[in-house]
Amino acid sequence: MTSTTLGQKVVSPVAAGDTVAAQIKSRSRPALMWRALRRDKAAVVSIGILVFLTLVAVFAPLLAPYDPLDGDASQRLEGIGTPGHLLGLDGQGRDILSRLIYGGRYSLTVAVLPVLAAAPIALLIGMFAGYFGGRTGNAVMRVLDVLFAFPVVLLAIAIAAVLGPGLANVMLAIGITMVPYMARVVYTATVQESAKEYVEAARAAGATQAQILRQQLMPNVMSPLVVYGTSLCGLMIVLAAGLSFLGVGVTPPAPDWGVMTSDGRSVLLEGYGHVATIPGLVILVAALAFNLIGDGIRDALDPHKQTS
Amino acid sequence: MSGRDVLVQAQDLRKVYAKPTLFGTGEEFVAVQGATFDVLRGETFGLIGESGSGKTTIGRMLLRLVEPTSGFVGFDGHDVTRLTPKGMRRLRQRMQIVFQDSGSAFNPRRAVGEQVAFPMRQFDLCPKNEVRDRVVDLLEHVGLRADQADRYPHEFSGGQRQRLGIARALASEPEFLLLDEPTSALDVSVQAQILNLLQQLQEERHLTMLLITHNLALVQHMCDRAAVLHHGELVESGPVDDIFHKPQNEVTRRLLDAVLEPVAA
Ligand SMILES: Nc1ncnc2c1ncn2[C@@H]1O[C@H](COP(=O)(O)OP(=O)(O)OP(=O)(O)O)[C@@H](O)[C@H]1O
Ligand SMILES: [Mg+2]
Repeated sequence: MTSTTLGQKVVSPVAAGDTVAAQIKSRSRPALMWRALRRDKAAVVSIGILVFLTLVAVFAPLLAPYDPLDGDASQRLEGIGTPGHLLGLDGQGRDILSRLIYGGRYSLTVAVLPVLAAAPIALLIGMFAGYFGGRTGNAVMRVLDVLFAFPVVLLAIAIAAVLGPGLANVMLAIGITMVPYMARVVYTATVQESAKEYVEAARAAGATQAQILRQQLMPNVMSPLVVYGTSLCGLMIVLAAGLSFLGVGVTPPAPDWGVMTSDGRSVLLEGYGHVATIPGLVILVAALAFNLIGDGIRDALDPHKQTS
Repeated sequence: MSGRDVLVQAQDLRKVYAKPTLFGTGEEFVAVQGATFDVLRGETFGLIGESGSGKTTIGRMLLRLVEPTSGFVGFDGHDVTRLTPKGMRRLRQRMQIVFQDSGSAFNPRRAVGEQVAFPMRQFDLCPKNEVRDRVVDLLEHVGLRADQADRYPHEFSGGQRQRLGIARALASEPEFLLLDEPTSALDVSVQAQILNLLQQLQEERHLTMLLITHNLALVQHMCDRAAVLHHGELVESGPVDDIFHKPQNEVTRRLLDAVLEPVAA
């Protein structure tokens, strides 16, 4: 080990400029990240699944065999494999496959948008409170702690009640509810990273507070936020369904995976398991895919994994 | 020390840490008090003390990385303790630091070359298109390879990272270098290499250095004058020879006894 550190000076290339230029090209950051992500089979499959689900939702009118809202009462609750209805029919005789295809439009939006909207706000709050600390930082986190004390659903209902019903408001409500949770994750990471000497080194080199926050801390607190944020996506679908059940979310008969699952609950005990199970499985798969993509992004952002 | 003027001046420095609690400030802890000493231009001044004696705290106060509770820090005629943030940032070009723990001294998510380049860019020391060449020169100067500029901190050994730390500290072409236990995390042979590198650089660049350490042998090897720190207070200071041969204080004698043999390097 020790002899190599000295020996390296001897073998250092003469035409350093060329080597360095070549190195920059072959090691560019996005390329390395993409390579790391591609190597992660689980993430690749997950991306595939979500892209598929998204495309299906976008082209729902072309793909859905039936109208998702129109039911045929004579065929209600028929099971999987019913001729013409691959996944069977629900309690109101509506084609489950068609409702699933259309449902992605709501469910995927509700899964992603609130998290995406809450993330930058949480990043800002968490980083400021964590970096500047002191009384202001403490005060901010105490306020968030108070918000923690409210049950999420209750808070979301309250917000949705103030804003009025409708998908956009529901997403806004869910997003606001998620801010304290995500901010807490960022806060913890920021406090941890701020204490490290590289932050001090940047300050010693004349970095401004803004530069320290943006260049030094942000890249280091993004990973936990991404992992946490993607793990929330699946929960959002369920939360939105809960709100809809309480009358503030997606309004029936609009199809939504979460709503479909809760609809199916009423006939579950009558022995018609498929009505709840099928959308439930789809939610499960989507949630899992979000999680795995989060892990994949975390690894792709990690220089340890990029260069191995 | 005839004809040498004072570059860094510490006067009655005091640092009190208070644990903040929900209701006001909690118990206070005096980390440093009454620290007064001068570092002359061109010399290497040693700051010796056991773990927890306040060495790092004093060093950081000199660079105003830690705000002193009271006292005065002078740097070449500037009142460091009273500079505006902007004035302070400008002054930082002239004072740099090499950290104790090379593992956390670099941002794990940025290429090391970029981090060595940062002070150059920040202080606008050379045209943008020359930064790269200057970084490469610097890396080679401290015994690293040009192509290592694009690597990440985890791809280096402890000794190599300490070389990087020195390269980064030199990037702004400072006059004053604060070395906070620069070798305590390294094994003996690498320690000697790093110390030799530092001495070589000091001669080439006429650096003034403050060496923080708990190792008296290191002070004898590197320093002209030194101060001994005990529980946040300076108990003795003066030329290194005097400290070694005519220790005035019990703490110094204990530290001397702890050094079983003089440094080999
Ligand atoms: N941010 C802080 N908050 C509270 N106490 C602190 C803080 N930083 C340092 N201290 C305390 O001040 C004292 C001196 O710390 P300092 O880091 O200066 O010691 P040191 O001499 O550098 O020790 P070492 O050799 O272990 O690096 C220690 O008791 C430490 O616990
Ligand atoms: Mg220390």
